[in-house]
Amino acid sequence: MSVIQDAFIWLNDPLNWTLPDGIIARTREHLWITLLAVALACAVGWPIGVLLGHYGRGGAALVTLANVSRAVPTVALLTIFPLTAIGFGERAIVLALAVFAVPPLLANAYLGIREVDPQVKEAALGMGLSGRQLLTRVELPLAVPYLASGFRTAAVQVIATATLAAFVNGGGLGMIISRGFGLGLASGGGQVLAGGLIVAVLCLIAEGLLALGERAVTPRHLRAPGRMSEGRASMTM
Amino acid sequence: MSSQAGNPWFSWDYIRENTDTLLAALREHILLTVASVAIAALIAIPLSILAYRKNWLTGPILATAGTLYTIPSLALFAFLAPFTGLNPGTVLIGLVLYALLVILRGSLTGLRTVPAEIREVASGMGYGKLAMLWRVELPLALPSIMTGLRIATVSTVALLTVGEIVGFGGFGNLIIGGFRNNFYRAQIMTATLACVALALVLDALLALTGRALMPWTRRRSQ
Repeated sequence: MSVIQDAFIWLNDPLNWTLPDGIIARTREHLWITLLAVALACAVGWPIGVLLGHYGRGGAALVTLANVSRAVPTVALLTIFPLTAIGFGERAIVLALAVFAVPPLLANAYLGIREVDPQVKEAALGMGLSGRQLLTRVELPLAVPYLASGFRTAAVQVIATATLAAFVNGGGLGMIISRGFGLGLASGGGQVLAGGLIVAVLCLIAEGLLALGERAVTPRHLRAPGRMSEGRASMTM
Repeated sequence: MSSQAGNPWFSWDYIRENTDTLLAALREHILLTVASVAIAALIAIPLSILAYRKNWLTGPILATAGTLYTIPSLALFAFLAPFTGLNPGTVLIGLVLYALLVILRGSLTGLRTVPAEIREVASGMGYGKLAMLWRVELPLALPSIMTGLRIATVSTVALLTVGEIVGFGGFGNLIIGGFRNNFYRAQIMTATLACVALALVLDALLALTGRALMPWTRRRSQ
């Protein structure tokens, strides 16, 4: 029981919220790292996925990429990248997190374009649309639900794995947990628990908001009510 | 210390001098992975049968598992460690919870895609509920169950590294330990490669097991 009390006492201390390494500053760091990593991953994953889907190439390579990326531990890239030419700091962490966000974005973009009804495409070409017009006016709009689904999967994954930046002293909310462990469970247990709670709440809120966003951009007749909530491509983590 | 020459990414000397440490990490990694996936499968497969039979349970079971999956591994260990302590059990519980959802989803997808006509034919031939499950539904769901098991295994191998936070992360101990110990590149790289190789080897073993269990899928692909 006393650990739970310690956690509440820790959360109740205003200084733990407002200090330069308090909850508010750590949350801001966490969200900033997440934003950069997701933006970078979108900038890489979406164009490649859309083009591969448009030309119908590389499906097998995408499955391999998804499988191999699953086997690479996040902490490995987080520790390796700072020791390369990338250097220490935010850039290495953002890059490491972005690497793991690319496969779901890529896979869903590819799948979204591939899943467009061939008859619709034929009709569009028959109406005189060029290849580029087919992509921008037919395939991309129809792929939006898939893009949104991939975005949600990738963003939730990055906001969760950004916690691991704490292993390399890289900031974010994971720092609260790792500092707590550093104090030892006897005196830091409350902080560990409180940190875990904050991270979990942040991730659940992000997941909820992104699910709403995904719903909002998915046309009503494409919503599958009983669909399992884990991305449209089954290659996600 | 940071110069490329004094701190290479790969060194046979490191492997030769630390063989015992590497083997101990390998042992810990394999034991925890196999135990986690096995326990998760023992819980998830019966649970998926239950969800398949009782339709109203599907939503709540998947929602609970999905919520758990959203919580980051480090946070989950943070929830557990103050109560369960700094021991392998903490890592085990956390990994079982993650593997559970993956196996559950695979198994449930497999069961749900058994065609209704096949079930009708089976019950017309006099199969009871249990015989139908054992001889018709589970074998037909097996490819999907195996896919779930493979994904769960590969993810567990990678995720286990986070167990370093409670002192039981297998190769993760060496990866993060190497970073803290003056950015020891050879140790970080060797442990990373070993970790990825272990995931791929276990995946291949499961794929071979699947082929042996499901000769019909082999025939079809020829």
